[in-house]
Amino acid sequence: MNGQPHLLMCPPQYYGIEYEINPWMSRARQVDHDLAKQQWESLHRIVTERGARVSLQSPVQGLPDMVFTANAGLVYGDMVVLSRFRHPQRQGEHAENSRWFAQHGFTVFDLAPEMYFEGAGDALFCGETLFAGYRSRSDMTSHQKVAELVGQSVLAMELVDPSFYHLDTCFCPLAPGVAAYYPGAFDHYGQQVLKAGIETLIEVSRDEAQAFACNAVVVGQVVVTNVGCPRFHHTLRDHGFIPIATPLGEFVKAGGSAKCLTLRLDGEEAAAWRMDPQLKVVTTKPPRS
Amino acid sequence: MNLQQAGIPGEFHETVEIQGHIMDSLILPKILDCITSGGGSFRIVQVNIGQTRKDPSYASIEVSAASQETLDRILATIGDHGAASVAGHDCHVVLADCDGAFPEGFYSTTNQRTEVRLNGHWIEVDRQEMDCGVAVDVPQGIATCVPMSDVRSGQSFVVGHAGVRVHPAGRHAQARGFEFMNSQVSTEKPKGIATAQVARELARCHRSQQEILVVAGPAVVHTGSGEHLCKLIRGGYVQHLFVGNALATHDIEQALFGTSLGVKLESGNIVEAGHEHHLRAINRIRRLGGIRRAIAQGELTRGIMYDCVQHNVDFLLAGSIRDDGPLPEVITDALEAQREMRRRIQNVSFCLMIATTLHSIAVGNLLPASVGVVCVDINPSTVIKLSDRGSFQTVGLVTDVEPLLRGLVADLQETIG
Repeated sequence: MNGQPHLLMCPPQYYGIEYEINPWMSRARQVDHDLAKQQWESLHRIVTERGARVSLQSPVQGLPDMVFTANAGLVYGDMVVLSRFRHPQRQGEHAENSRWFAQHGFTVFDLAPEMYFEGAGDALFCGETLFAGYRSRSDMTSHQKVAELVGQSVLAMELVDPSFYHLDTCFCPLAPGVAAYYPGAFDHYGQQVLKAGIETLIEVSRDEAQAFACNAVVVGQVVVTNVGCPRFHHTLRDHGFIPIATPLGEFVKAGGSAKCLTLRLDGEEAAAWRMDPQLKVVTTKPPRS
Repeated sequence: MNLQQAGIPGEFHETVEIQGHIMDSLILPKILDCITSGGGSFRIVQVNIGQTRKDPSYASIEVSAASQETLDRILATIGDHGAASVAGHDCHVVLADCDGAFPEGFYSTTNQRTEVRLNGHWIEVDRQEMDCGVAVDVPQGIATCVPMSDVRSGQSFVVGHAGVRVHPAGRHAQARGFEFMNSQVSTEKPKGIATAQVARELARCHRSQQEILVVAGPAVVHTGSGEHLCKLIRGGYVQHLFVGNALATHDIEQALFGTSLGVKLESGNIVEAGHEHHLRAINRIRRLGGIRRAIAQGELTRGIMYDCVQHNVDFLLAGSIRDDGPLPEVITDALEAQREMRRRIQNVSFCLMIATTLHSIAVGNLLPASVGVVCVDINPSTVIKLSDRGSFQTVGLVTDVEPLLRGLVADLQETIG
C-alpha cells in the first residue's frame, strides 16, 4: 500500500489497425509502427522516471489491441475482474489476460460469458466510488455484478457519444475527490451523478477531449497525456498537478492514449482503497520465464 | 413525477427488476423516464433501498403499454440500462437451511395466479396463497406455495423475482356477477340489489356444482338469522362452514335452551341465569364427547351445526384465546387450524364471509385471488381490513346479517323450497 506505483504495459510489437470497432479506427489510416514504438517507449520512460514500476505483458500476434492494457480487467486489491470484450476481435485477449493475472498472484474473477465488461476502460475508482461507463462497450449487468464483487458503491453512467466509447476517454480521476471529465460524453443523468459524487470536477473542452486529454496516466502528482491539451494542462497546474505531454498520435488512431496503454496494478491514485490496510495488494515480482 | 405510478395503464405488461446503486446513479429515475417518454406507464412493485451508500438497492417495476410493440421497444431501451425482464430467466432456487424459516431473500407470494420458470419452462404454482414462499421440486417440475411454519430444512425455495411471473386477475374475472358492487366498501348502496347478486352467484355455483365456503361469526345466531343459514345449508348452498367456538356454541345454546347469550331469540327477553346457558351448552356437548356424538345420541336436534352434520357439510371450528370450553371439535392449535383450512379450501370457488373479522381475515389470507369473496359486516372496517391485507378480490357489503341472509333465502326460495 502506498508503495511504488505499479503499472502493466504491453509493447506495441503487433499493434496496428486490423479492424474498425470505434469511430477512431480506420484501416485506411494505418499505424506508423516505428513511430508507435517510439511513442510507447517515451510513455514507458516517463512513468518509469517518475517512480513507477512497469510490468510487461507479452504481446500476441493477431491481438493488436493488447497494447491497451487498461482494458485487461479491473484491479481491486489482489482481485482482478477480467474483461469480457464486446467485440469478437478483442475476445482473444481474455485468455492471455487470465493467464497473466493468475501467474502474477492475482485472484482472478471471470464474469459470465454473456456479460460485457471492459475493465479499467470502463470502471474507474474516485474516492470510495467506482464510476462505471456503459452502453458502448460494458453493459449494466456486468457493473451490477462488479458492484457485488468489490462491495463498493458503483455508479453507472451511460456514454452517449460514440467517440468516447470507454469511460477512460472522457473521465479521469486524478485524486480522491478530484477528476477531469468531458461533459458532452454523458447525458444529463451522468453529468448530475458526477457533479454530486465528485468534489472537484475539472471540465475538459471538446477539442481537448478529442485529443484524449482525459485519457491520462496519473502517477503521484504527475499527469501524463497526449499532446494537444494545453488548457487542460494549465488547469491541472492550478490544481497542483504536474502535467506532462507526450505524443501518442499513433495510438489515437485506434482510439487510445496514455491511460489506455497502462493498467495500474496497485490501485489508481484516486482510489481510496489503495490506502485500505485490509486490502492485500499484489506486490510480488513477475516470475522469470 | 409520481414514483408509484405514471402514465395510463396499458393492456400489455411485463415486470422488470433492476439492482445495484440505482438511486445514486440516477438509473432508476432514468428508467422510469424512459418508460414514460417511450409511451408506456409503470407501477413500482417493490423498492428496497440499500441501508448504506455501499449497499445495492433493488426495484421491481411493472411496465405497461398499449401495444406489444411499444412494450417491446420500451423493454429493449430500459434493458440497456440494466432493467431485466424477470420472465427472461429461470427462477433462482436456494435450499432452506432450517425448519420453519425461508432462506433469506425468498420470493414472497401474492394470492394471484403465479408461474415460475424451471429449465426454460413455466410451471404453475400450486396452492396459490399470499405471504408464502414457493417450494420447488426441480426434478419433478412442481412448484407449491408453502407457509413459513411448514418450511422443512432441505426444501428448495424460489429466491428473488427472476423467473417468477404473476398473472393479476383481470377486473372482469374478479367482477363476475358483481359489476354493480365493484370492490368499494360503501354503506350507501341499495342492499336489495347487492343481495340479489350474491344470490345469483350462489345459484351459479350451485348449478355448476362448485364448492361454496361460508365463514361466519356468532352474530348470525345472535341476530336470529341462524335459521336462514340452516335453509342455505339444507338447500345445498354451503359445502364448507368455517366458524369459531362462539357460533357453534350459541347455535347449540339456542338449540338446547332457546337463547343466544342468554337472550330468548323468540321474544328478545333476558332469561334468568341465561348468561350461563352457553357454558352449560358447551359442558353438555363436552360430556357427550362432541357435536357429532350429541346428534347421534339425539341430544342435539336442530340448528346450524345439526344441519351441517345432517347434510354432510364440512365444518371446521377454529379456536381462539378467549374461547370458553371450547367445544371438543375446536382446533385450538392456530397453525393446525390454518393447515386444515388450507387443505379444505382447495376446490372452493366462492366464499361468503358473514359478520366475523378474525375468521374472515384468516380465511382471506388463505384464498387465492381466483376465489370470489363477498364479505358482509355491519362494520365497514372488517371489509376494509380484509382488502388492506391483500384480499382485493373481496366485494364488501356493509349491512346487518339478518336482512342479508333473509334476502338470500327469499331469492333462492325456488330451489330451497
